[in-house]
Amino acid sequence: MELKGKAHKFGDDVNTDYIISGRYKFKTQDMKELARHVMEDLDPEFYDRVQAGDFIVAGKNFGCGSSREQAPLAILNADIGAVLAKSFARIFYRNSINTGLPLLECNTDEINPGDELELDMEKGIIKNITRQVDIPIKPLPPFMLKILSDGGLAEHFRKYGTFNFK
Amino acid sequence: MGKTIAEKILSQKSGVDARANDIVIANLDFIMGQDGTSTLAIQAFEDMAGQKAFDASKVAMVIDHSAPSPLEGVSALHARMRGFARNQGINFYDIGEGVCHQLMLEKGHAVPGSLVIGADSHTCTYGAINAFATGVGSTDLAAGIISGQMWFKVPETIKFVINGQLPSGVYSKDLILYLIGDVTSDGATYMAAEYTGEAIRALSIEGRFTISNMAIEMGAKVGLMEADDKTAAWVSKHANQSFEPVQADADAEYAAIKEYDVSDLEPQIARPHTVDNVAPISQVAGTPIQQGFIGTCTNGRLEDLRIAASIVKGRKIHPHTRFIVAPASRQIMLDAMREGILQDLIEAGAAVVTPGCGPCVGTHNGVPSDGENVISTANRNFKGRMGNNKSFIYLGSPATVAASVLTGEITDPRPFIKEK
Ligand code: SF4
Repeated sequence: MELKGKAHKFGDDVNTDYIISGRYKFKTQDMKELARHVMEDLDPEFYDRVQAGDFIVAGKNFGCGSSREQAPLAILNADIGAVLAKSFARIFYRNSINTGLPLLECNTDEINPGDELELDMEKGIIKNITRQVDIPIKPLPPFMLKILSDGGLAEHFRKYGTFNFK
Repeated sequence: MGKTIAEKILSQKSGVDARANDIVIANLDFIMGQDGTSTLAIQAFEDMAGQKAFDASKVAMVIDHSAPSPLEGVSALHARMRGFARNQGINFYDIGEGVCHQLMLEKGHAVPGSLVIGADSHTCTYGAINAFATGVGSTDLAAGIISGQMWFKVPETIKFVINGQLPSGVYSKDLILYLIGDVTSDGATYMAAEYTGEAIRALSIEGRFTISNMAIEMGAKVGLMEADDKTAAWVSKHANQSFEPVQADADAEYAAIKEYDVSDLEPQIARPHTVDNVAPISQVAGTPIQQGFIGTCTNGRLEDLRIAASIVKGRKIHPHTRFIVAPASRQIMLDAMREGILQDLIEAGAAVVTPGCGPCVGTHNGVPSDGENVISTANRNFKGRMGNNKSFIYLGSPATVAASVLTGEITDPRPFIKEK
């Protein structure tokens, strides 16, 4: 899996209410519509600036707060390629893997807003093209890569009818 | 090497010798979804080509977050849940029954030693009665409903030993806010928290729920306590299934052990906009507030309403303040009526709303205006949480909220407490 795009930077403790506010999650089941409001409370123009394949880059504890799966889905539907952060909150982490949004832990201090990044998941490396540095990432356990490569847990279940990590 | 409570429960439910950081697939004892997460789960269930719930008696859905429905769109989501529940024959709790977590406990769906998932982050509440209970997303929920299983990373455990005795006017809410302020919002990420010590044992089961409820606010996966006589008595009253509590081994391995003495603890307040932005009330007292809210899965129980009523009884709330009360369940509302608690609250000026989440999640029932300050017994004060990102939410105990709505500013409740 290779991805290329620009970095959009956020701070520590970005919670799921910021990713997608509760006031929208109850209004619609249309994920494309929800995606228009992604990160709105932190950066009202975010959705308009994002190009397909761009990265969200954040500090520690990204995705803390509620269990709403609309959070990773809104990010996916805004065409974000992956989220890079120093650490992730647990439920958000599960939900992202389950819905097929790649998450990677790395030292995001090496990335500035607007930097061009290239990600190679198998090799476990992020190339910061703008700054000419390679940033190592913590590799995902094989069964998570399996769920991601199946396209999420729903696809995994559709294929196997149950958990299958053989 | 011995095992923690988390390792023991996950070993039992997975049939393998589960140790911290192992990944296991375990059998679930109960599965719960609420109206903010269930429709996505139903969607995922269909995407997975799911046919039947693995065991309908072990699944529940609850309409509590936007109940009764404030909007057409929400009504459609609710209708979809009702249809699914009827088709599958699962347990179903409609509007007015209460907050999902309160119901899971009151109806006896979660018991000591059980493994429970809920598509709501505060599922960790049931750790207070020794259940390994954790929040998941909608896709996990769907996979659980189909297979009765889920994948878990076995968490490391951080143990909190709480010594001493809480002073009068200081409650379990103040204690957990203090702990979160100390370890911060990601201090226990990916980990299990175990709460123990004499101050925990002295708490009622209701008071313990408040502690485990907020384990997630320090990032924890579960907030576990050992079961004692109080637990057994409480659970036997609510559940008609047998249960087997699980204790940590004396030589279990902990990621960290943190000891506290709470004998001199002051009431605590979490200031906007993070739960770990905690200060003793002396530093925040005097901040004007326009709305007070008592309710939620954290502090909407009978004990909480009783404390609040004892403070506002015979008084009137400040004329510039609104006071909203949402009992956590229908049962609690009925009990509060019978005890005269509701009458005391209403006479003081409270607006009592439907049992359920009330204004907690910002969809209805008390969205604050721009620039307003709210003092709430909820568990989260994130920007925009109550539906307006230009308002400010302070979190405190039910006693603190009750004292504050009387004066119109954040107020130390201790002078209002009659000596025990
Ligand atoms: S009361 Fe608030 S925190 Fe608890 S389940 Fe409802 S919305 Fe979530």
